[in-house]
Amino acid sequence: MIKKRYVLNFPTQSGDKAFTYHLVKDYDIRINILKAEVYPGKKGSLLLELHGKKENIEKGVEYLQNHNIKCESLDKAIQLDAENCIDCGNCTAVCFAGSLTMNKETWKLEFDKDKCVVCELCIPACPLNLFKIDFR
Amino acid sequence: MTIKKSYEEINRKLKAGKAVILTAEEVSKMALEATPEEIAEKVDVVTTATFGAMCSSGAIINFGHANPPIRMEKIRLNGVPCYEGLAAVDSYIGAAACNPDNPKYGGAHVIQDLIDGKDVTLEAWAKGTDCYPRKHIKTTININTINELTMFNPRNAYQNYNVAVNTTKKMVHTYMGTLLPNLRIATYSTSGELSPLLNDPEFRTIGLGTRIFLGGTQGFVVWPGTQFHTTRPKNELGIPVTNAATLAVMGNLKEMSSEYLHAAYFDKYGVSLFVGIGIPIPILDADMAKRVSVNNSQIETSVLDYGTVGAPKLGQVNYAELQSGTITVKGKKVRTAPVSSIAKARKIAGELKEWLQKGDFEISKPVQMFPKETSLNSLKETEADND
Repeated sequence: MIKKRYVLNFPTQSGDKAFTYHLVKDYDIRINILKAEVYPGKKGSLLLELHGKKENIEKGVEYLQNHNIKCESLDKAIQLDAENCIDCGNCTAVCFAGSLTMNKETWKLEFDKDKCVVCELCIPACPLNLFKIDFR
Repeated sequence: MTIKKSYEEINRKLKAGKAVILTAEEVSKMALEATPEEIAEKVDVVTTATFGAMCSSGAIINFGHANPPIRMEKIRLNGVPCYEGLAAVDSYIGAAACNPDNPKYGGAHVIQDLIDGKDVTLEAWAKGTDCYPRKHIKTTININTINELTMFNPRNAYQNYNVAVNTTKKMVHTYMGTLLPNLRIATYSTSGELSPLLNDPEFRTIGLGTRIFLGGTQGFVVWPGTQFHTTRPKNELGIPVTNAATLAVMGNLKEMSSEYLHAAYFDKYGVSLFVGIGIPIPILDADMAKRVSVNNSQIETSVLDYGTVGAPKLGQVNYAELQSGTITVKGKKVRTAPVSSIAKARKIAGELKEWLQKGDFEISKPVQMFPKETSLNSLKETEADND
């Protein structure tokens, strides 16, 4: 069993299909909806945590992609320009999910994307503007 | 035997490569087992450092004269306003200055662009005089075309700083970072036992003329910083428990690097500059050894509510608690986050140690000590129609 987070981007005409139902029913995946944004008639975005057998998750993702849903693993959707990071810690102040933390030995920033809930607070909180998130 | 060392003696040892140099963190560890007398005997210099956002920073620039010349009376660098009240082509750009139409790019970014070797657009206007006939100029400058580019920071290296929390229900945006509501975060901005002015709290070795690490090169302490306050409440070790003294520093920006100097924009607050400062503290005697031996659990600071007008004090904590990740405020466990880089401060303390070890950096005796017994005035309001 593995746990993985995906950002789903729905095209205009997909709002009426019960995709998450099929993920549960057909692929035996436990889903946790962490974030959802729907713009009726335009598009929709969903942050899902998928928990299940590796092959089932792969098939489930393939199922979504076959229905024109852009399905990107979270670690690709959220980017930190770590090379230019000065390890000031400002982003850790707003990260209530515990995804961004300071290593207590090195005092370097650590980013555990598996804990990210895409609240996007780190984007304006970074004084060097180093976060980029592709959620919608 | 009572140890007494002079600056000259320590410099001779530095030149000969025989001096023992530790960082402030290393000496704090050593002090867990060694007495101040033993430390004074073994250690010659201790390096301290900080890398925090310091708004009261900026640069003096001389652009050079054009032909025909202009007496610049309104100046913009990449659209950022610079001070025009000096001589014809002299200016000062403050780190926090910005064009209101582009608030995320300010003086700090111009300074960083210049030290990174980038081109910057200079535009200036004037009324035109007999000796300076020109009324307008627009051109491109960079670090090589201008004359002096001197960092002059009126207030840096705060001796201690408050912890910021927010008890209100709304998010608050401050220079101490974005503060989550309902006491969900406490931010702090001092490198604790590494911080320069916490290791020499009564300024026995730091004063006018002290040679320091500034932005990656050698700079100097040139004056007490603005808001220099020596009579704040202190703990039993003589260390203030809130923001107290400060330093005015200067150095050649042309020699600095963005590794140790970085522009910043704080959301809904404004532009600031992260400045890397390192100060070597000579261990003249056992008293100085005792001062630099201070550790995070012995340095305290005040917790202030930045969400409430007047920022009332809610408690007092020490840096060991702050660095542990959680403090207790009003009986509630509150997560902590630094907003100055401890990793960079460590790097600076290490770099300065290397410079000293190589004999590249001489320690300097202050040419004048700082004033004592200073305090601050508040701004008096004489008009009735203020907000």
